[in-house]
Amino acid sequence: MPDSLLSIENLETCFRTPEGTVHAVNGVSLELNRGEILGIVGESGCGKSVTMLSVLGLIPNPPGKVTAGKAFYKGQDLLKMKDREIRRIRCSEIGMVFQDPLTYFNPVLTIGRQVTEPLDMHRSLSKKATRDLAVHMLDLVGIPRPSERLKDYPHQFSGGMRQRVMIAMALICSPQILIADEPTTALDVTIQAQIVELVKDLRDKLGMAIIWITHDLGLIAGLAQRIVVMYGGLIIEEALVDDLYDAPHHPYTIGLLASLPHLDEGHNRKLTSIEGLPPVLYKKPVSCPFSERCKMRVERCDKEMPSLRLIGNRHRVACWVNPETGKEY
Amino acid sequence: MDQDILLQVEDLKVYFPIRRGVFRSVVGNVHAVDGVSFSIRRGETLGLVGESGCGKTTTGRAILKFNQPIEGKIYFGDQELLSLNETRFRQLRRRIQMIFQDPYASLNPRMTVRETVGEPLSIFRLARGADLERSIYKYLGLVGLSSEFIDRYPHEFSGGQRQRIGIARALALNPDLIVCDEPISALDVSIQAQIVNLLEDLQKELNLTYLFIAHDLSMVRHISDRVAVMYLGTIVELASSQDLYEQPLHPYTQALMSAVPIPDPKVERQRNRTILSGDVPSASNPPSGCHFRTRCPLAAEICALERPRLAEISTGHFAACHMIPKGDI
Repeated sequence: MPDSLLSIENLETCFRTPEGTVHAVNGVSLELNRGEILGIVGESGCGKSVTMLSVLGLIPNPPGKVTAGKAFYKGQDLLKMKDREIRRIRCSEIGMVFQDPLTYFNPVLTIGRQVTEPLDMHRSLSKKATRDLAVHMLDLVGIPRPSERLKDYPHQFSGGMRQRVMIAMALICSPQILIADEPTTALDVTIQAQIVELVKDLRDKLGMAIIWITHDLGLIAGLAQRIVVMYGGLIIEEALVDDLYDAPHHPYTIGLLASLPHLDEGHNRKLTSIEGLPPVLYKKPVSCPFSERCKMRVERCDKEMPSLRLIGNRHRVACWVNPETGKEY
Repeated sequence: MDQDILLQVEDLKVYFPIRRGVFRSVVGNVHAVDGVSFSIRRGETLGLVGESGCGKTTTGRAILKFNQPIEGKIYFGDQELLSLNETRFRQLRRRIQMIFQDPYASLNPRMTVRETVGEPLSIFRLARGADLERSIYKYLGLVGLSSEFIDRYPHEFSGGQRQRIGIARALALNPDLIVCDEPISALDVSIQAQIVNLLEDLQKELNLTYLFIAHDLSMVRHISDRVAVMYLGTIVELASSQDLYEQPLHPYTQALMSAVPIPDPKVERQRNRTILSGDVPSASNPPSGCHFRTRCPLAAEICALERPRLAEISTGHFAACHMIPKGDI
């Protein structure tokens, strides 16, 4: 096994709602290697964010609950940790960046105070050293005049700049892992390109591993080395980035890629759409959750849950049907 | 005027006053739309793209007089909309409809599908009783909604289905022009293609003309015949979809294109990105001369002094930039 940093095994998370229990994550296992950029791709409700929030102990209980699974980081199971311990991990070992920087920051505290908060909790640095580190981090993420801007409040920054500040805050304790949950979804494309370049640059400088959660198959193509595709709270395909785009094997991945317009091609091609809707899982799925929308469905799909099978170099897919032949494997 | 032209907008300006103090006196203006001209031919789709705050939505809304322009002319057929009185405008307004971005906010939660789709017909006294009923079924059929949904409320539908309800309502008055204001950006990836295909089919079937407002350049390229690119209240480039994407002339369009991710890792690795520095300036105090000059890699002295006009560089390809050599393309 190559240098594994984080290893999630059979994770299950559900939420109690007035309409019934929603099974958001239904047995997810994945590995993150040192220095790797891993993309987790899926539509809303597929369980991609909940998986990572569960690992970090950020699922509010109630209504949510992690019902099964393990998540090993440096030999320790994160899911068994006490609040105090997991908080230390969140501050200094695993940094997290969220989609909407404006709701994440406290509007009445200065940026300087908020960026240095992880340091105050876990490192005994002098005031000056703390401030110097904050200035250094803001400079690193490309905030102009960082020492003056420490005194500013979140609303005085633009969306792109706030996202940079959030990245600075996530990285200030030099974490081993950065989890980015749709960090550019709320931003314009030109600003998105800035942030993606910044994160790549920081990865080269600081060497942390990155998990980038997104619904955007275009964005992740140029960023990740390996991609995990989720649907219905399950991993349905995982592969190295080139293999996934060259030879997608799960009908859902194939459909998703065919439904995207390409900027570099003419406009006469009709987009192939995936009919139907993603499921809301009031029951834990016992057969393939995609089968009702699937064009390649066979009888077995509605009866048995396909497990991930290895079909190439680190390429695994959870489907009964081989898309090349249209028949069962 | 050219018989083929359905809508012609000339030098449109929409300013929003900034009010301060106890007496709410006007202290400045947000120049949301600052002199925009374009025309749309019958049966054509004109894409209007730009980043948030560039004025694309305000332009669309001004055509329906949701925002009152302070200057400019809007010709619909041979009628000038802004000089019409309320009664006359109301008659024409039937022929221009809008589809909104957020299918969660744009439908009245207390109205059933029947009421939502039937309301415009009742308001204009076009149908009642059994006629009305038949029309509602007809439009639901056109947008691909089963008629068994007719007495349900919006919260019972998914985002894609709600957007279909919104489209059915817009179609109910048999319009010529539909202003589509980011109709797919709130939807999941696999649903976006469904809605775009629906809009394309309806256009063919009902001979509709679209003004398609969006920030997703790949989707705009896919659906539009011609595309106008906006930046800070002005159109910087306007060309046929193919010309614009194959040979973008304006430095902003070039940067915007290069920022759009392409869902193919091999293409992504070879791309040379032009990353714009900084953010879009405030529209309440736009830069003098060319609005883009503060972020433009080519900016020269003249750009600060004189505002470039939208000039025809080659047949049907317009750009507003001092730095483009005239007539040698």
